[in-house]
Amino acid sequence: MTDYTEMWTSLGLDVDGHNALLAGLGKAYTDIFLSQKNRPEGMKYFDFVMSEVHGLRIKELVDAKAEGRKVIGSYCVFVPEELVLAVDGVAVGLCAGAELGFEAAEALLPRNTCSLIKSMFGFKLGKLCPYVESCDVIVGENTCDGKKKAYEIFRPLVKDLYVMDLPQTKSETGRQLLKEEYRKFIAKLEKESGKKVTVQSLKKGIEIVNAKRKAMIRLAAIRAADPAPISGLDALLINQVFFHDDPVRFTDSVNKLCDELEERVKNHKGVFPKGTTRVIVSGCPMAVPNWKLPLLIETSNAVIVGEESCVGERGTRWLTEIKGNTVEELLDAITDRYFNVDCAVFTPNPSRVNYVKEMTKKLHADGVIHYSLQFCQPYIIESGPVEKELEKSHIPTLRLETDYSQEDAGQLKTRIEAFNERLKRK
Amino acid sequence: MRYAGIDIGSRTIKFAVLENGKLVFSRKTVTSHNPLGTARELMAGVAFDRVTATGYGRHLIKGHLACPVVSEITAFVRGARFFSDDCGSVLDIGGQDTKAISLDEKGNLCKFEMNDRCAAGTGRFLEVMATALGFTLEEFSAAALFAKRAEKINSMCTVFAESEIVSLISQGADRNDVALGIHKAIVSRSAGLLKRVAPTGKIFFAGGVALNGCARTLLESEMGVPVFVPPDPQIVGAIGAALCASENI
Repeated sequence: MTDYTEMWTSLGLDVDGHNALLAGLGKAYTDIFLSQKNRPEGMKYFDFVMSEVHGLRIKELVDAKAEGRKVIGSYCVFVPEELVLAVDGVAVGLCAGAELGFEAAEALLPRNTCSLIKSMFGFKLGKLCPYVESCDVIVGENTCDGKKKAYEIFRPLVKDLYVMDLPQTKSETGRQLLKEEYRKFIAKLEKESGKKVTVQSLKKGIEIVNAKRKAMIRLAAIRAADPAPISGLDALLINQVFFHDDPVRFTDSVNKLCDELEERVKNHKGVFPKGTTRVIVSGCPMAVPNWKLPLLIETSNAVIVGEESCVGERGTRWLTEIKGNTVEELLDAITDRYFNVDCAVFTPNPSRVNYVKEMTKKLHADGVIHYSLQFCQPYIIESGPVEKELEKSHIPTLRLETDYSQEDAGQLKTRIEAFNERLKRK
Repeated sequence: MRYAGIDIGSRTIKFAVLENGKLVFSRKTVTSHNPLGTARELMAGVAFDRVTATGYGRHLIKGHLACPVVSEITAFVRGARFFSDDCGSVLDIGGQDTKAISLDEKGNLCKFEMNDRCAAGTGRFLEVMATALGFTLEEFSAAALFAKRAEKINSMCTVFAESEIVSLISQGADRNDVALGIHKAIVSRSAGLLKRVAPTGKIFFAGGVALNGCARTLLESEMGVPVFVPPDPQIVGAIGAALCASENI
């Protein structure tokens, strides 16, 4: 394996701490992913990406920067990658899914802050994330109150934090706000990169991102098959890699995997036996290496067939319609696309539960596991009505609330097993 | 055929054997630092054809004994139907967790809720509070029934509640009134879990805390429906597991 110590040192990482992180990550990956049976061949690409997640991919970012391209990091699916690509930038997702640096984070944040936010601080304060350290600009966004207020504390910790406002209602004024925020973001990107967003560059950006999302939509649809051609763990991993890989190469690899999965479906080949209990996971995002819940589910006689989450269909299920011949018209098209995203910060938010119902039907799921991160108010509060609505529609639902720690794994396993027993009896 | 169930709980291990649909043998013991060894001792010398394990230690025994496992939730649902065929819900207050389960009209598992990750409001909570008041568990329940009024206990955290009790006593509060306050706190918390699963009809009350007469009376008045306590409420999970063994699920 290539030695990246020099690169990590020059990025300002805590090399010892980072080595410990990689060793832990490597072991977890081997135990959780490589030990799965009947994995598709196409997963090898993603195994490779994960083995080089802080190596080769970071080198690509460093090289891109040397060519004068800007690296733009973000923590939310509301930040359009299309716009970043339109100034020849590189977009990377920065959300973290490990309980690291929490002590340092809790010196700045209340203890009862969600794990996602604490992890964002932990990785920065611990100097553990080469993605964060590679960014020219980090984009924050006003989604939930937790993130909104945390960015105020985060600002002095990073080189250039740019905060984007977001609407909270699906109204005409909400849409207008989103469009104006995207317009301001274009101006910021143009200023940083010294490049203009043109009709041509924007169209190209949209095409690249559309192709990437189309591949994910294709993958999601294949998972309707029984036996499931791919595990939920592997599908989640692909959804996670979606946020940091080179978009064109990623798209290619997902499509190649889909070719293989379609063959599998034709030959009735799967990762679990036909008739295995099928569940959908809906709720908060799961960032690398947060594989806790899917692992518990898939080692309790069930398979996950879909993720209704930002790291999942909520981030991928809409495409941008390429219509218009001006930047303004294309900006409208991008706004329309992103305005669909049904995050729980919106009120009211009926399209989310409606889509969970649709997914359950399309993917032949037996039930839904609603996953909330502890202290994530929007999703926890929304989980009650979502559960009621799903049960009313005869979709068994289990609500779980957890964080990044492992201490509740036993209790979660009991709940998941009991829920799967309920589904089996259906 | 003799079907056995072993319920490895956090505080006690329970073992039951069924033959021709009848309970023919049962015994229980305190979970030690070595639950696996204790479970083996409990099962030693008892004949059975098949066994199923449940309880928090179910996966522990799986590697050592060729037996299927079933979650406590399903085990309690099955066990409750063994004693009663007309209960709409099950409340189990065990050593370190509380389960509220609603059943459908066929007696199958419908919705369930469990307490959060700590032991707040469970049997362990009652034990610690009884000790803090200088009662045995039996005296504790009786004392609460003699109380004139209930002292309000605000905290459900075992550690905080214990210091709350200490300060109530030092302010001269009556020991019986504090005992009733503690019972009320635990019952209202359990009732809250029950209400979330929207139960209908009679409640089947299981687990060690169901032995507590005061808790049972309070639960009945809080929920406004009859509460049924089986002859040995601690053995319900083991019987449920034995029934699962007989069905091979």
